[in-house]
Amino acid sequence: MGKVVLVTGASRQLGGRFVRRIQRDPEVERVIAVDAVAPPHRLGSAEFVRTDIRQSAIARVLAEHAVDTVVHLAVTGSGAGTGGAHSTVKETNVIGTMQLLGACQKSPTVRRLVVKSSTSVYGGTSRDPAVFTETTEPKSLPAGGFAKDAAEVEGYVRGFARRRPDVAVCVLRFANILGPFADSALAEYFSIPVMPTVLGYDPRLQFVHEDDVLDVLRLAAREPRRGTLNSGTFNIAGDGVLLLSQCSRRLGRPTLPLLLPAVTWAGSVLRAVGVTDFSPEQVRLLTHGRVVETTQMREVLGFEPVYTTAETFADFARSRGSGLLPPERVARAVDRVAGMLNVDGSDVDVDVDVAEGAKR
Amino acid sequence: MADAKVIPFGEDRPRRRPSGRRVRAAPPAPPEPVVEAVPPLLEPVAQKPAGAGWERKVAGGLSFLRRRITGEYEVDEFGYDKELTDQVLMSLMRPLFDKYFRVEVKGIENIPKEGGALIVANHSGTLPLDGLMLQVAVHDHHPAQRHLRLLAADLVFMLPVVNELARKAGHTLACAEDAQRLLEAGELVGVMPEGFKGIGKPFGDRYKLQRFGRGGFVSTALRAGTPIVPCSIVGAEEIYPMVGNAKTLARLLGIPYFPITPTFPLLGPFGAVPLPTKWTIQFGEPIATDGYAAEAAEDPMLMFNLTDQVREQIQHTLYRLLVQRRSVFF
Repeated sequence: MGKVVLVTGASRQLGGRFVRRIQRDPEVERVIAVDAVAPPHRLGSAEFVRTDIRQSAIARVLAEHAVDTVVHLAVTGSGAGTGGAHSTVKETNVIGTMQLLGACQKSPTVRRLVVKSSTSVYGGTSRDPAVFTETTEPKSLPAGGFAKDAAEVEGYVRGFARRRPDVAVCVLRFANILGPFADSALAEYFSIPVMPTVLGYDPRLQFVHEDDVLDVLRLAAREPRRGTLNSGTFNIAGDGVLLLSQCSRRLGRPTLPLLLPAVTWAGSVLRAVGVTDFSPEQVRLLTHGRVVETTQMREVLGFEPVYTTAETFADFARSRGSGLLPPERVARAVDRVAGMLNVDGSDVDVDVDVAEGAKR
Repeated sequence: MADAKVIPFGEDRPRRRPSGRRVRAAPPAPPEPVVEAVPPLLEPVAQKPAGAGWERKVAGGLSFLRRRITGEYEVDEFGYDKELTDQVLMSLMRPLFDKYFRVEVKGIENIPKEGGALIVANHSGTLPLDGLMLQVAVHDHHPAQRHLRLLAADLVFMLPVVNELARKAGHTLACAEDAQRLLEAGELVGVMPEGFKGIGKPFGDRYKLQRFGRGGFVSTALRAGTPIVPCSIVGAEEIYPMVGNAKTLARLLGIPYFPITPTFPLLGPFGAVPLPTKWTIQFGEPIATDGYAAEAAEDPMLMFNLTDQVREQIQHTLYRLLVQRRSVFF
């Protein structure tokens, strides 16, 4: 039996890429791409249905095409295009999900549901453990914004999974998605020439590469491989951790540390002039950071990301061009100082110095 | 093994020297033990002129600077920056450890060479300097130069700058999840279960161990199957003799206590200078936890018994060290 895959949020950059990618899978027969706005990019041989998932018309689409796999990507932090008002985004996220799940519940053909969520459901405060696992309860529920949407969406998905135990439900909690094509709020933040940061905090960040996102979505939309299980909730993130200070140095963009209230204020100013979507949610990430455990992803889902956090960031940094203080130039300046002092600083083994220091 | 060979040579040499014949027969032997005894990394320094050591230091500093400003260094998932800790933070704390508090470390052999272990220490001194000194003690005195990962109160992670430095120095929030993750990764974890009750107790209660929380540290160690090393710190109690506690002010500032010492807040910032007491850090016999069954961590009775055992051991060692101590300052 061939597979009919329905993808929501297909007009977004990530949705579009996923639609194009999944067509190439031999077991996929048809791809139905759904979004409320026409896609700015090609969707290949996929059938585009322009419908708003906030309306019940989505049930008809499911029935008409006898869809068996639903990949719900229309859970996003910002509206399609720029300047999407948050109320619209929230409605699409929450009401859209409710409609879609209602339609799935009625549909006799749906066998599999994949939902894109985010690690922001864990919130992030100073009282949280350093590393979140899938079972960690957030210390304080997100007050608003995308994190709250994602938490509510997950709640509805859990309800759906209870009501339709015959449908395999997979919730993927993605860390910050970056890559050459990323259009997320964080990607925009990393493009500001002088990045405002919160004074006295150096958050730990984790990234996942767009290509890995597509791969893991494909893995979740398929029948599970032997020895793996692709229903449940999984954290998806690249290996390793980068501090915000490291990110800014690797990008070559200087930071401007501001007091926390000033950052919130600067964020609203930036948002008002439309430079970037610097939401309170974003400020929270840039204050406390967020790191998740990915053991479940490896051992249960059977997914190994190709890119580590650092490699993802390097790929992103290459695509953005260098900032005001490119790391190469800074490194060369240090080498020049070393040259003037007639010492070679570039290849001294640190361990020797550490050992020497300790011996003294 | 190299050392084992060197020692008999060194001992033999003075005895054989008078015979003359032996000395000439083995001329390369005497310099060899000398070179072997000195750490090999000092060898090039010894051979080069006096300026070379300085030059190497500058080169090392520049390569460090280069890595830092280009962001090419690693941190672990807790935000622990090993390079920064070794090169900068430790060097900042070392003078305090060596010169100011003149910390004497005993029983370092009770800390395992490798693998996870939970060091449980008493807590005192108004400001958590004892934790930092414990970290230096473990790193500088342990033969394997192990890094201690301290579990800190949530207040530490609420304060700007402090939280950043704490994470980079390898500290993390005192919660069961983090502790277990570190222990299972084979790290050395330090915990002070008295918490604010210990560090903020009045001067009159010095060296009286407070309640050990709910003993969560024992079940964490049991789950991870790592030994518990009791540790007693003497000297930290007297650095800021807390004679009073401005509770209203503390509540206003949202901190657990507001210390009043003979010098603080009377002398302002000068009052924040700790008294130069003489410290002793004693690590006790490790208590093994790997002999218990998997469900033992859920047994409250066993938890209380083990907690008491650790507590008693620390308290007894404290009393013993206090009896041995000649004076607070020397």
